[in-house]
Amino acid sequence: MATPTLARVELDYSGGERLTMNMGPQHPSAHGVFRAILTLEGETVVGVDAVIGYLHRCHEKLAETLTYAQYPSIASKTDYVAAMTSEFAYVLAAEEIGKIEVPRRAQYLRVLTAELQRVASHLLWLGTWCMDMGGALGGGATIFLYCIRERELILDLFESLVGARLLYGFYQVGGVRYDIPSGWTDSCRKTIDLIDQRIGEYEGLLEQNPFFLARAQGVGVISRALAEDVGIAGPLLRGSGVNFDLRRAAAYSSYQDFQFTVPTEITGDCFARYRVRMAEFRESIRIVRQVLDGLPEGPISSRPGLKSVAQIRIPKGEAYARVEGPRGEVGCYLIADGSAKPYRMKWRGASFSNLAVLPHIIPGHKVADVVAIMGSVDPVFGEVDR
Amino acid sequence: MPAWIVPIIAPFIVLNVVVGLVTYVTLLERKFAARMQSRIGPYRVGPHGLLQPIADALKLMMKEDVVPTAADRHVFNLAPIVFLIPCMLIFATIPFAPGLGVADLNIGILFFMAVSSMEIVGLFMAGWGSNNKYALLSAMRAVNQIIAYDLPFIFSALVPVMLAGSLKLSDIAAAQSGLWFVFYPVIGQLAFIAFVISTLAAENRVPFDILEAESELVAGFRVEYSGMKFALIQLGEYAHVIGSSFLGALLFLGAWSGPGPEWMGPIWFLLKAMLLFLLVTWVRWSFVRIRVDQILALSWKLLLPSTLALLVATAIVVVWRYGGGA
Repeated sequence: MATPTLARVELDYSGGERLTMNMGPQHPSAHGVFRAILTLEGETVVGVDAVIGYLHRCHEKLAETLTYAQYPSIASKTDYVAAMTSEFAYVLAAEEIGKIEVPRRAQYLRVLTAELQRVASHLLWLGTWCMDMGGALGGGATIFLYCIRERELILDLFESLVGARLLYGFYQVGGVRYDIPSGWTDSCRKTIDLIDQRIGEYEGLLEQNPFFLARAQGVGVISRALAEDVGIAGPLLRGSGVNFDLRRAAAYSSYQDFQFTVPTEITGDCFARYRVRMAEFRESIRIVRQVLDGLPEGPISSRPGLKSVAQIRIPKGEAYARVEGPRGEVGCYLIADGSAKPYRMKWRGASFSNLAVLPHIIPGHKVADVVAIMGSVDPVFGEVDR
Repeated sequence: MPAWIVPIIAPFIVLNVVVGLVTYVTLLERKFAARMQSRIGPYRVGPHGLLQPIADALKLMMKEDVVPTAADRHVFNLAPIVFLIPCMLIFATIPFAPGLGVADLNIGILFFMAVSSMEIVGLFMAGWGSNNKYALLSAMRAVNQIIAYDLPFIFSALVPVMLAGSLKLSDIAAAQSGLWFVFYPVIGQLAFIAFVISTLAAENRVPFDILEAESELVAGFRVEYSGMKFALIQLGEYAHVIGSSFLGALLFLGAWSGPGPEWMGPIWFLLKAMLLFLLVTWVRWSFVRIRVDQILALSWKLLLPSTLALLVATAIVVVWRYGGGA
């Protein structure tokens, strides 16, 4: 009887044998439901195939069934970490078509909440990113819990302002839904002062930590050319040396009234993206202070006394509005047909575009770097899949 | 009491004490970590969460024991035991007070090192037998890491051995009645730092916990384990950490020497070991983990040459000061 020939794998010491490993969709550091099919040679990743779509909820179709007054509350659910941002983009688009004036106080309140939201979102990013690198049972968890503690303060502010902690529905076409309650300004000032100080502590904690630097510096470098080709936005783009921020480049709402700098770094690695976000904390806090100082009196909406959800009708037309979210450009393309509901709506999610850079930068890194790079891109899968 | 009873009773007592200690050390760590993270930690089960470890153990015992269909069943089932035995055996040679120990071998420290590096066998069996890619990668990392860090561990532990002139652990402890080796000028401190770093790596604790690495490899080699088998692995890991803490306290912190009457000796020893354990915990909850290549580079390029140089320096000092006789 002839012995059956066994399938043999030739092992050479160049590490030629490849292993396909699934990371996600259920994975501790998938930041939601992201599936990366990694091709490994030993510990080194030679290829990555990104699979998305596990969190698709027909958001754009849903928008066609909801009125202009209803949808902002649902828009929050695209990017649930920075819920204010997508509401902002939606109402801006509707106002552009309808040529609706927004009172100055409402504009300032929008800027105020958008910037507080950016701080909250970056806090969550810092915590989860450190947890990706340090583990839920290690130093990363310590930073994570510190960041959550501070984010909680901002959520408390939002709670006393809107009544909700995560998904707000604060913006509405023509203005904002609620005015700030009494005493809110003081507690807001106290909170941002505290966060400002704590951010400095975290910087010290992380940047004087050689292990952190070893994990972040030189990892996941996005060159300027690649950044521009792939179309990433936000802190990623600025970390690669492109000075582009919609708040400055195409100022919306009342951002032109405020002093702030757009931080950029040129190295393009995880550490550069970290530095950009840490600087953005400070800039956002600076803007919040200016808003609180210069908050004008007046109405908070040009359409007060909204009685019915179908009361806002936007005339026929289309518009694209974009805002600078914590993760980059969040765009909303809206086609109105004169009724109380939009004819068609399309989101441009910042996380979606940013994810496109992963297959370009991950190959060549170690498995451990995959999570560090993923974390530094800061995707939110509600926004990727919508 | 006939003499032959002692070798039977002593391991029984030590094992039970160790298991109890390990159970409560997890509570200590959780409380300590919680305080670092401005939390309270376990609080609900019993006063100040004192019954939490027991609740955890009971929960793990009652969990369903899952063996993956594709796993190598025998290897998978055997691995936790193979892993646990060396972790428990390391307590055999540790004298908790003069004459109070299971076996005060004349090559005690050699036994400790030999046995503690045996755990890698169980670890690799777990990683291989699970038939899981995360587990396999973790097991490969483990082998790399243990090989890289055993030598610095041995070299740094040999410094007190040379200073004391004996491999017997009770002799090393007795030699520190005057001056704890951690206070021995320069050599003592350097050896202690190297010892702490390499035990961190040998215990697979953050920043060297690339085997577990739950953000990359989910739970590493034990990803497929559940219930009691998981508990055994956990027990083994903590036993190893505690064992290394005792060894560290014995080699560098003067073991049972301390003020007070002689019966206080074991208490001092325990306190010192727990202090070392808290040091390890402190490191664990403040650092991020480093990458596998960085871990290996740290050992082969820095720790190994420097501990070797330290060993040579110690040899010179010993010959110069004691004429080789110690």
